[in-house]
Amino acid sequence: WIGVLFSLGRRGIWSSPRRLASAVETTQPIPLPSQARVVICGGGIVGTSVAYHLAKLGWTEIVLLEQGRLGAGTTRLCAGIVSVAKPISIECKMADYSNSLYEHLEEETGVKTGYVKTGSLCLAQNQDRFLSLKRLASRLNVMGIPCNVIKPKEVSKLHPLVNIHDLVGALHLPGDAVVSPPDVNHALATAAAGHGVQIHERTTVNHVMMEKGHVTAVETDRGAIECEYFVNCAGQWAYELGQASETKVSVPLHGCEHFYLLSKPLPEPLQPSTPVVMDMDGRIYVRAWQGGVLSGGFEKNPKPIFTEGRNQLEIQTMQEDWDHFEPMLSALLRRMPELEVCEIQQLVNCPESFTPDMRCLMGETPGVHGYFVLAGMNASGLAFAGGAGKYLAEWMTYGYPTANVWPLDIKRFGNLQSSRTFLRHRVMEVMPLLYNLKVPRWDFQTGRQLRTSPLYDRLDTQGARWMEKHGFERAKYFIPAGKDLLSLDASKTFYKPDWFDIVGAEVKCCKEAVCVIDMSSFTKFELTSTDDQALALLQHLCANDLDVPVGHIVHTGMLNERGGYENDCSVVRVKKNSFFIISPTDQQVHCWSWLKKHMPDDPQLHLEDVSWKYTALNLIGPRAMDVLGELSYVSMTPEHFPSLFCKEMSVGYANGIRVMSMTHTGEPGFMLYIPIEYALHVYNEVMSVGQKYGIRNAGYYALRSLRIEKFFAFWGQDLDPFTTPLECGREFRVKFDTDIDFLGRASLLHQRQEGVSRRFIMLVLEDHDTELDLWPWWGEPIYRNGELCGTTTSSAYSYTLERHVCLGFVSPPSLDGSPAAVTPDFINRGDYEVDIAGQRYPAKAKLYPFSSLFAQQRRRKDEMELSNFQGK
Amino acid sequence: MHPERATMPVTSQLFRGFPLAKLWGSSLFPCQRQLPCCPTSHRPTSSQPHPIWPTAMPVRGYRRSPDLHSYNLTPPQVNSILKANEYSFKVPEFDGKNVSSVMGFDSNQLPANAPIEDRRSAATCLQTRGMLLGVFDGHAGCACAQALSERLFYYVAMSLMPHETLCELEAAVEAGRPLSPILQWHKHPNDYFTREAQTMYFNSLRTYWQELIDLSSPGESLGPREALLSAFKRLDSDLSLEAQVGDANSFLHYWVLRVAFSGATACVAHIDGSDLYVANTGDGRAVLGVQEEDGSFSAHTLSNDHNAQNENEVARIQGEHPPSEKKTVVRQDRLLGLLMPFRAFGDVKFKWSIDLQRGVLESGPDQLHDNEHTKFIPPNYHTPPYLTAEPEITHHRLRPQDRFLVLGTDGLWETLHRQEVVRIVGEYLTGVHQRQPLTVGGYHVTLGQMQGLLAERKARASLAFQDQNAATHLIRHAVGNNEFGAVDHETLSKMLSLPEELARMYRDDITIIITQFNPHVVGHQRQGGES
Repeated sequence: WIGVLFSLGRRGIWSSPRRLASAVETTQPIPLPSQARVVICGGGIVGTSVAYHLAKLGWTEIVLLEQGRLGAGTTRLCAGIVSVAKPISIECKMADYSNSLYEHLEEETGVKTGYVKTGSLCLAQNQDRFLSLKRLASRLNVMGIPCNVIKPKEVSKLHPLVNIHDLVGALHLPGDAVVSPPDVNHALATAAAGHGVQIHERTTVNHVMMEKGHVTAVETDRGAIECEYFVNCAGQWAYELGQASETKVSVPLHGCEHFYLLSKPLPEPLQPSTPVVMDMDGRIYVRAWQGGVLSGGFEKNPKPIFTEGRNQLEIQTMQEDWDHFEPMLSALLRRMPELEVCEIQQLVNCPESFTPDMRCLMGETPGVHGYFVLAGMNASGLAFAGGAGKYLAEWMTYGYPTANVWPLDIKRFGNLQSSRTFLRHRVMEVMPLLYNLKVPRWDFQTGRQLRTSPLYDRLDTQGARWMEKHGFERAKYFIPAGKDLLSLDASKTFYKPDWFDIVGAEVKCCKEAVCVIDMSSFTKFELTSTDDQALALLQHLCANDLDVPVGHIVHTGMLNERGGYENDCSVVRVKKNSFFIISPTDQQVHCWSWLKKHMPDDPQLHLEDVSWKYTALNLIGPRAMDVLGELSYVSMTPEHFPSLFCKEMSVGYANGIRVMSMTHTGEPGFMLYIPIEYALHVYNEVMSVGQKYGIRNAGYYALRSLRIEKFFAFWGQDLDPFTTPLECGREFRVKFDTDIDFLGRASLLHQRQEGVSRRFIMLVLEDHDTELDLWPWWGEPIYRNGELCGTTTSSAYSYTLERHVCLGFVSPPSLDGSPAAVTPDFINRGDYEVDIAGQRYPAKAKLYPFSSLFAQQRRRKDEMELSNFQGK
Repeated sequence: MHPERATMPVTSQLFRGFPLAKLWGSSLFPCQRQLPCCPTSHRPTSSQPHPIWPTAMPVRGYRRSPDLHSYNLTPPQVNSILKANEYSFKVPEFDGKNVSSVMGFDSNQLPANAPIEDRRSAATCLQTRGMLLGVFDGHAGCACAQALSERLFYYVAMSLMPHETLCELEAAVEAGRPLSPILQWHKHPNDYFTREAQTMYFNSLRTYWQELIDLSSPGESLGPREALLSAFKRLDSDLSLEAQVGDANSFLHYWVLRVAFSGATACVAHIDGSDLYVANTGDGRAVLGVQEEDGSFSAHTLSNDHNAQNENEVARIQGEHPPSEKKTVVRQDRLLGLLMPFRAFGDVKFKWSIDLQRGVLESGPDQLHDNEHTKFIPPNYHTPPYLTAEPEITHHRLRPQDRFLVLGTDGLWETLHRQEVVRIVGEYLTGVHQRQPLTVGGYHVTLGQMQGLLAERKARASLAFQDQNAATHLIRHAVGNNEFGAVDHETLSKMLSLPEELARMYRDDITIIITQFNPHVVGHQRQGGES
């Protein structure tokens, strides 16, 4: 227990001038320890939460360093709202946990936290917003978080000031709360210190020392501390801190100014228990504050700051900018006209940090063992800190958190997202997006065209519309000549989209003739060795048996100890000791670090990222073999070129093209891996020869429709580190019949014995009007016989079935508290329903695809290849 | 052409064949007609005390708002008119830093005469340091202003050059080598030059520098003050001499007479580091925008107007002539009852003896002979010259708070007070945000009051946002301000849609150059100078 003292809220808006330990200001700071197990940098709410949870999990020798005073950064000024209204489920979970943590913190520590369970009201000014709130309500129901969809009239009962005349409805979240953030910060620090965490203020981390890819020590302005683990919770300064280590760590975040207004007390002071109001269409939030209101927002034109980096100690009193705040003030007065007579106390400028995809950055950094990051909270630091701190502490303790945090994993980004210009432009889009209406399949507009295929321009002139994955431009669909381009780009709806017929035509062409899809964004690695080290490594990492003849393709998961998918890939045995590994686009950093982590330190074993070396063209359709046959003078029929086979051959004038008989869709066809300098030539040849077979370009939307109707799960959406091959019907891809001990084998064997408690199923919506009903997206609850039993993970319209297909996981209700095993009856005998924004649609549950019923062409079971690379 | 300036009692044409002659007659006529019914018509924003109008004398002042033959213009049409002549120049940065004390300038002009009689020039001195900027306001035609805009800066640049550079120049001409460039012009595509006269101009210039070489010794050069003075006087005497000598080429002969018989004022700034010199001849004006500590702007005038409102000028002119002429030399606030500016280039009718005028005109080209005006001699013309081009020169050492310099012809200054000019430009250049960041401080402000205030600021900001050019923005205010000092689209639209022959009744040509200083460099140099 330490004698360091700190005061909070001195210059903040939160008046709580109190000290932690003795009230005596010691002039001489406590000397730093020379070694520790963990050093946490950053004494804001995130850093103290990590320290608190680590200590709770039994860690000792934890040192927390703060360059200024505890909670002196964003925490000092944050608005203090803890709401579960977040875009994705893992975030809702974190916020929910934070809420209950803060609620009991006062009891645990004796420190007043200002916690008031006010509840909150998310208002909808239009039907689309109301739909998105209803979707949120559906998701929260699944998690057991209470929420009510209410009418405008009920809003005015709950809040005395809200003007409801322009509202269509609202979502009431009774569990949401407000706190005083510096006090929560203070309470967490007190509790952490009580568990033995050493807290040192006014200590700046200069850089992090590393040796052989491991953290060894932290260099501060007051001396070095040897440590095993380092946690970067530096908030606004996390990017710069990441750059200041021996091996640069990329922490892609960027600051924006954020404004909120404090009023003086109303003539009739506002009760502290008044619900928080989130008027996202007006881009504002409002909470009660000392009898008046606190109201801020997320404007359309944010002001990015600190692009060049400015390592000031604390966030200096930033300039108020009333002109900038004008739209939000107008929105506030429109929502609460009575505030007009209320006097202004202050306009607070509180910089927040934002990330390229609106989600926080969590986890161990690729390439440096022991270097963890938790930062980039996108203005929800308080709501996330509790849950995120807990997950990170679990991650450090058990090797992975107790929930799937892939959407937050820092390894979803790489160096390519670290450009300051990119970040500056992107966060200017991200900040308004927090309160924008998000409809299915929106794409970021900034920071685009970073990575492109050599065919980009060719495809673009043919009408390609683009989406972006991991910085790579991918065609969604191709607008036929003569279509109105503008109206298509503007189609943003929860209902049937404008591209429906365009994608339908592309799908039809894939089924009946041949289509070409540029799939160059895939992550591609080459693993080679002089002896059999490569095979040995892959046999250890992959669930499927890779000791196959040269030229064979194996679909396999890379599993963790729990048997869950860390990656799902296709591996080609190119030579005896050389493997070509194809993984999803956003696996570039994660898969690399997974392989590196498990690679023995052997100079004979060589791993190379060759993603940029190849352009990948997917020729889908029954006539693909005719096109390729004509271009290579080789027979491409299944008799001569069986499925899941890879040959290097010539296509047109270009030699050495890797042709693989798989299409990632279950349709017949080929993937062509083309060295980039041949890409244009091969594409041109394919298009010109293909003309007589009716060839056309297609995009990822067509691909997704094809794949989902064939019941293909894909990693990152359907598959995650908590899903095993047994749960998604892929037992046939696990080498149970060999003795080879692969990662996750023990868990799978155990699960096989016990039976799976959740199962990946396919749901075909019945009684769903494609024209008039809301479309499913993902995250919709699944009901069986009226009982909640799971959620969907992806969905698409199947042009073949002329129905919507949802993929998702279901689990039977546990009777005695322990999970029950899924039985065939559970799937087959039950009335399933999918809940889309509160409306339930009956669905047929299936464990196997319908392809055999509908596909025209013959298909042998061993030909069926199941794959899974497409992102969203 | 300025009817209120160089006015003749006869409404005859000055020179037959002048395209602007048509305007002379037409613009004068309605003004006279308007007098009895509307004697006090003038712009309310004008800072000038209005003289008592002599009958049959055109007024200095304009009709309030046009009510006949006006069309409604759309905002884009208004913008295209206002922006037609705008020009911006940014001093290039090196290595991300601008080491010059001038960041750049915005300039623009709006014609009222057709064609416009104002001219503007801007150039960087390449053989010496510094930048030259100038506005020229022509009267009785645009020829003199045109000549000044092309020639004056060369005379200044020559005067500034050290002896050695002049010698090199002369040697190069002598040997037929290419000359190293003297000026880098910053011209709008509409700023034209008189191709035919270039050889004559060059010869006159060469004679001047040869004399400069003779008069100076190695290591010597004139200071900016002497250089400006010398250049102004020399050019005016060259204009006069060229007209007397004439030219074998009849077009050129006609041209030099047009230049000499028309007139122009000049207001020129030379900026080199922290040293700002203003040389002014006539009623153009140079005003410095100074930012006060509270962020507001105040005007600091760097030139004196040479007209009847300036007592010193009246005294100077009266002192230069015998007491018998005391009553006639300045009549009705005009020189000899005719000319409004008391100093000008050209205007040989006020400079040459009567014999010389007659002699030159008689030997001139035929075009002049039929013209009644040529026979006209100003009344009470006893002891010429009555007019000089000698400038008044002001030196100012730039301080960090000196943010910009506005050079404008009187068309600007008679519509907007200089304080208003500086406020509009200052707020435009600093942007509304930095202008006066709003702070609530300890005041009692309600949310509703704040919303109203912000809405008003937003409206003003969006107006400034329309213009990328500070000079354009200023013209927008000069022409479009309503009674409340706010730009009003209707007023703008009416003022700009006037037919050519009527425009001059409501406004004068406006020419503006706004130079922005680099406070970093200016402040730095100043500190360096003090330490």
